[in-house]
Amino acid sequence: MSGGRIQTRFAELARQNRAGFVTYVMAGDPDPDTALAILRGLPAAGADLIELGIPFSDPMADGPPIQRAALRALAKGASLEGVFEMARRFRETDQTTPIVLMGYLNPIVSLGYGPFAAQAAAAGVDGLIAVDCPPEEADPLADALDAAGVDLIRLATPTTDDARLAIVARRTRGFVYYVSVAGVTGAKAAVAADVAPAVARVRTASGLPVAVGFGIRTPAQAAEIARVADAAVVGSALVDAVADALAAGEDPVARALGVAADLSAAIRAARVPAQAHG
Amino acid sequence: MTSADTLTQIASRNDYLAFPDSKGRFGDYGGRFVPETLMPLVLALEEAYEAANADPEFHRELNGYLSTYVGRPSPLYFARRLTEHFGGAKVYLKREELNHTGAHKINNCMGQILLAGRMGKTRIIAETGAGQHGVATATVCALFGLPCVVYMGAVDVERQAPNVLRMNLLGAEVRPVTSGASTLKDAMNEALRDWVTNVGDTYYLIGSAAGPHPYPMMVRDFQRVIGVETRAQMMEIEGRLPDALVACVGGGSNAIGLFHPFLNDESVKIFGVEAAGDGMSTGRHAAALAGGRPGVLHGNKTYLLQDGDGQITEAHSISAGLDYPGIGPEHAWLHDVGRVRYLSATDEDALEAFKLCAKLEGIVPALESAHALARLPEICAEIGKGGTVVLNLSGRGDKDLATVAARLGVALGDAG
Repeated sequence: MSGGRIQTRFAELARQNRAGFVTYVMAGDPDPDTALAILRGLPAAGADLIELGIPFSDPMADGPPIQRAALRALAKGASLEGVFEMARRFRETDQTTPIVLMGYLNPIVSLGYGPFAAQAAAAGVDGLIAVDCPPEEADPLADALDAAGVDLIRLATPTTDDARLAIVARRTRGFVYYVSVAGVTGAKAAVAADVAPAVARVRTASGLPVAVGFGIRTPAQAAEIARVADAAVVGSALVDAVADALAAGEDPVARALGVAADLSAAIRAARVPAQAHG
Repeated sequence: MTSADTLTQIASRNDYLAFPDSKGRFGDYGGRFVPETLMPLVLALEEAYEAANADPEFHRELNGYLSTYVGRPSPLYFARRLTEHFGGAKVYLKREELNHTGAHKINNCMGQILLAGRMGKTRIIAETGAGQHGVATATVCALFGLPCVVYMGAVDVERQAPNVLRMNLLGAEVRPVTSGASTLKDAMNEALRDWVTNVGDTYYLIGSAAGPHPYPMMVRDFQRVIGVETRAQMMEIEGRLPDALVACVGGGSNAIGLFHPFLNDESVKIFGVEAAGDGMSTGRHAAALAGGRPGVLHGNKTYLLQDGDGQITEAHSISAGLDYPGIGPEHAWLHDVGRVRYLSATDEDALEAFKLCAKLEGIVPALESAHALARLPEICAEIGKGGTVVLNLSGRGDKDLATVAARLGVALGDAG
């Protein structure tokens, strides 16, 4: 809904003059119960907004960590219904943290845009990032999501020039996701000096908050981005924490939430002393 | 009938040549479903292709290479013994297997490498299944001195070892892909990941009439030479158009290349043959039209093999070149509107046709092309004596000898 959880959360962050911490969880990775435990623990670990990954067999914009996470989830029977179920169960314990689904178009096409939007809204989902659905192809999906009150969040990238930025911004809602590097998730490191002017450009064009992701792994990188963006997104590093814990025979929940807490602390400390932005 | 009536009739009749539309759509299929990072690149590619296509110098250069380097035109050969064997329509073979590198793939690679040069790109990437497109890409990269990276599923690297060696000899780097099922679909994922990472200097040379717009249109246009030549050759030999066309369909570039110049000739029946693998009822096949449903993958909307939740499922075919869970979007549309009839042939059917063609005509066909050969009995019977059928012999079968030997239980020995 406009004036929903995403807008409320970014308004709070602006009042507190800090960047948001956006985390990514692959739904059903490594199994439904563990993924739900991670999801439920993230707000207390400092997550301001959560991206919930829809597992897909062919994640062509993702690097190896998220590819493997999707396969682990699918091997344990992950499905779109399972993703909605995770969101519903999360909403039993948290009514305020926005949840944005992130994934590829085919599972959504398979269910149908209308049913997808309705079921997502009913499950307490606030937004959708459809990686392989550029603005030129998005109108039918955007119509369905608008009708259900779910925000379609657009991506801007280093290859998006000013003319395209106007196209990207046209029907975007909630916030804009700035992909800080040309590449797949988790592969290259974002450079804050390059990101700052891009964030300003996207913010001006869209009039919306800008979250930056794809190239942030460490607390130090997250803090750098937090100084210039409205939110910093960390995905692959958390997904790797799950994989590493599994490989070491440790508890994936504790490992992932520990990584999240470290990132959150770095982001919260990034703008002290306070320095307001536009 | 007045000429005004004739004009009205022509205008109201289906014009199959008017597609794709400005959004890259063939009916509901096609489009540009790529991540935002790639959108500016596919739009720039479309613009560059349209400029090249409108430039006579581009065509002069391309035609020069096609005649002196590729060896075009390829012959249209009357297959007397196959014709007698089936006892129906006359069978003509369009001899694309005689092209340099042994398949139709080079037609498209030659066009795209010239385009890449015009765009100032300095690095070429490609995906390959059987290795035919990889070899053709490596060949044109050698010809123009460009570095070339070919993504190939690790399983295909194993089963197509001679082609890997050929690519290496041609100076290309073959990167085995181990994600997913390690076949063509995964190689295409990995090539897209490379492209999204190297947006400045890299040209992605797609080998099939699939992917985001403009690739399905552009690859088709570069392969149309097959149909254009066939048309002229049939007029010269028979004095009339063929009664039927047949070609195998994986992604479908050889098929659309043959079919396209005939789509508006409604007297010409057109047949595509998908790979039925172990048989349609087993679920182990690569027939996206017969066994799939519409979805979105690799930049386009088309028929896909997928489960009930929209996860892409693995294709299965004895032919690595047909082992793909999708099909080009123009075929999806031609299927829906009924202009082309899509049949299928199993691994077993293809093997029998492979052996038959070798024995009767002295031509060892690619296993891909053998799928089309396998449906000749029915098609020749349907067209009947006095009629003509043109089959696209899209590639030669040397690359498949190890696969065939394994299926027939023949040991090739160390010399293989």
